[in-house]
Amino acid sequence: MCRLALKSADEPFSPYEMLMAMEAMQEGYDGSGLGLLLRGIEFDDFKLKPNHVILSGIAHTENALQRMADFMGESGYELKYQHEFDMRPGIIETRNRKRFKYVVRVYKTPDWSNLTQDEQELRLTETRLALRKNGEDHGGDLTIFSLWFDVIMIKEVGWPLQIGDGLGLDDDRIKARVVMAQGRQNTNYGINLYACHPFFIQGISTMTNGENTAFIPIKEYLLGRHIPGYLGYHSDSEVFTHILHYTTKVLKLPLEAYKHVITPLKTEELDHHPQGDFLKGLRTACRRLIIDGPNAIIGTLPDETCMLVMDQKKLRPATVGGRPGAWAIASEMCGVDALVPDRDPALDFQPMREHTVIIPPERKELKIWSQFDPFTIPQAA
Amino acid sequence: MVSVRSIYNTPSSLTYHDLPWIITHREDRCTLCGQCTAVCPVGAIYLTYRRQRVPKLDVLKKQRGNEYRHFVGIRQQTDVSKRCIGCGMCSMVCPNEAIGPHPNTNENRSAFVRSQKGDAFKRGGRRNAPGKTILDRISFDRISMLTDPALDAGRHEFNYNTILGRILPPEEYLKRKASGEWIPPTREIFPFIIGSMSFGALSPNMWLGLLQGVAYCNEVLGIPVVMATGEGGCPPWILKSPFLKYIILQIASGYFGWDEIIRAIPEMQCDPAAIEIKYGQGAKPGDGGLLMWFKVSKLIARLRGVPEGVDLPSPPVHQTLYSIEESVMKMIQTMSMAFGFRVPVYPKISGSTSAKAVLNNLVRNPYAGGLLIDGIDGGTGAAYDVSMEATGHPIASNLRECYLDLVAQGRQNEIPLFAAGGIGKNGNVTQNGLAMIMLGASGVHIGKYIMQSAAGCLGNEMGRCNVCNVGICPKGITSQNEKLFRRLDPDDVAQRVVDTFMMIRTETKKIMAPLGRSQSLPIGMSDALGIDDADAAERLKINYIC
Ligand code: SF4
Ligand code: SF4
Repeated sequence: MCRLALKSADEPFSPYEMLMAMEAMQEGYDGSGLGLLLRGIEFDDFKLKPNHVILSGIAHTENALQRMADFMGESGYELKYQHEFDMRPGIIETRNRKRFKYVVRVYKTPDWSNLTQDEQELRLTETRLALRKNGEDHGGDLTIFSLWFDVIMIKEVGWPLQIGDGLGLDDDRIKARVVMAQGRQNTNYGINLYACHPFFIQGISTMTNGENTAFIPIKEYLLGRHIPGYLGYHSDSEVFTHILHYTTKVLKLPLEAYKHVITPLKTEELDHHPQGDFLKGLRTACRRLIIDGPNAIIGTLPDETCMLVMDQKKLRPATVGGRPGAWAIASEMCGVDALVPDRDPALDFQPMREHTVIIPPERKELKIWSQFDPFTIPQAA
Repeated sequence: MVSVRSIYNTPSSLTYHDLPWIITHREDRCTLCGQCTAVCPVGAIYLTYRRQRVPKLDVLKKQRGNEYRHFVGIRQQTDVSKRCIGCGMCSMVCPNEAIGPHPNTNENRSAFVRSQKGDAFKRGGRRNAPGKTILDRISFDRISMLTDPALDAGRHEFNYNTILGRILPPEEYLKRKASGEWIPPTREIFPFIIGSMSFGALSPNMWLGLLQGVAYCNEVLGIPVVMATGEGGCPPWILKSPFLKYIILQIASGYFGWDEIIRAIPEMQCDPAAIEIKYGQGAKPGDGGLLMWFKVSKLIARLRGVPEGVDLPSPPVHQTLYSIEESVMKMIQTMSMAFGFRVPVYPKISGSTSAKAVLNNLVRNPYAGGLLIDGIDGGTGAAYDVSMEATGHPIASNLRECYLDLVAQGRQNEIPLFAAGGIGKNGNVTQNGLAMIMLGASGVHIGKYIMQSAAGCLGNEMGRCNVCNVGICPKGITSQNEKLFRRLDPDDVAQRVVDTFMMIRTETKKIMAPLGRSQSLPIGMSDALGIDDADAAERLKINYIC
């Protein structure tokens, strides 16, 4: 079973902290892969501006790196900064795996002053997808994880702490206010890196443990939406990210609605729900997005909101704990201990099937919302 | 050699071993009670006295002579109209196990002389194609072994219901909900539906039993089973009762019974589950309904608004309309309007290579509440043998194609597809149904299976019985003759309906649990299906396993 950890703190921290926490949970995974998402970035030697975006990925050859740079330049993005990982040789096997360069580059966007926020986001997605396709058209020599305002993604095969050491993540040159990390199980070197959690689309990211048995029908339905970025699906968990995107960005429903989409209440329960009529209709309309299988889904939104939901039967563990200013979510309790030791563990919370745990961007307190409670629906209910 | 003329012989003459079923009678066991001849629905057997000559030679007296033994026996009629249908009622009533039919494994010469009196052979039942169906051969092979704990069919909660009715895309739903516009009606129902069998085709006791069973499933067990009427209306007391919500009313090209239905609308306590517009039937594509005169009793005549004792054929098409597109549109709209746009309306068509065209037409019709496709293995109360045997399209690939067409358009959640025709043909009803669902059906209709399971219908795919058309149903299922249908106790039928649906519910869970599915019916979960036939796997786009 994969191990998951997320930390959200007012004070930016090093992703290496997360890797240490993963060590605490090491019993449960075989250390065969790591996925990291960093949000709310602070570079030690560069200051991000609002019109800056960060591109993360791996160029597997020099040629791919060059094509990537050319493409960005031709698309009107101006290179502002490039993070050089302080690579420690011999820790990550880079040659056989063809890791020519781990890319984290900051670009100034073209002049988008006449574009709406949605249009700008669409441009970013289109650029990311074009780069990804460019890599795929060249035998997979370019892997692109994210292109977003303040998000860095790192994915690699191996033991998490080793990857951190190999990339020199302990040098405190990159810090973030939100970090998501997943230690994978059953990953092999031949794996498509796109299959590693967390998954990313337009600033939204989720990671999951467990198996999604309703994968094929959900995938077929998402593909049928014809929304840019709804592709890939190398992992059955990628659909969770896209459903979150679909719910919040396309349907423009609040985060709470996610739970009602993926694990709706039963008819008998909705009969007594204050928004039962609306929710029954939503359940029917989004029927193909109902997930199945044991899962804990941990996610973050562009505004640094973090969340955790469980599958309908709560067949997976997950705990949230912390204090004002610093919160952690982990698949194992010891993970929370390692991430926020100076908290009152008595206040730790393990969500049940009906809960959505939300860590708001202000990080003052947790919001634990039950599916049985009403929520604000902009115009509809 | 004697002259041919001295032997009674015509082109249609048959001997008993030319018939499809041969009666074996054991004289040593027969008590001459006569029950078998009394019960035989076709008069295939008769009691007769025979004399046997026993030659005698007394050597000592040097005398030759004969003695005669007399005996009483059961003989089989060789007249094709009275041929044994293999129903087995004679064995059922025989106190001494002295009699019973056996299928003729040599040849069935009666097939050549069934054309009598200028008419082609008509019957009830189903296509005579025995053996495993494609659905029987599918197994559920994506067992969820990666994660534990696995689901427990006995302990966990399962959501296995389905939706009937037009479903809006989520964006459209939110928009309409916000502005208070009309949202198409939907029903949450059990995915195994009792398929349309008309009140004229079925006996009153059968109908009552089915309805009682359905009501019990809904009201006591919480299994939301619905049943469809078939053409020919619905008894007024049901139309005005709260049970109407469990009933799908069918309108077909004869419009039989709809005067009564429309007149009852103001007095209805609730809406029907749905309206099914029949354009075609899997067992006899291109044919309208047919209720033969034997079955048009006083009651049926009243329900349908016709004189007693006349053949009631429905035309093959809805005559008043120009094309199927126009017809479907007008009929769906008219029916929707009649019930205040509160009832899902959907067409039923025969399985056909052109089903996709009909489907695409429905996708564009915002009032269409689904599509039911009925495959070649569907049953019927009466049809020409040639229609049943050779006309139509098997359901599996037909439905799969339609589903994948919807998937390609991203509309698979909007128009629920229902499949019928041979589901449970060999008794594996849940397995067949779930296979169809994973191929993309939202649910399945079962007709013959429910007759066999709930009422003991004797028909099979080897031509057994299948005399549903002429009102002599030996079990009283498809007869309007009181003497016959009194054999069927509605309470017993209701009990069997309940047993059947409880079994289907349990088996559904037993199939879903190992696949790791419990939250929703696994519609279109084709990755879970495997078949040991590479061509079928390729056609259905499922795994080839061996
Ligand atoms: S099997 Fe049926 S039809 Fe044949 S003799 Fe017996 S009762 Fe008559
Ligand atoms: S038992 Fe009745 S319903 Fe069944 S095949 Fe015979 S006549 Fe038809």
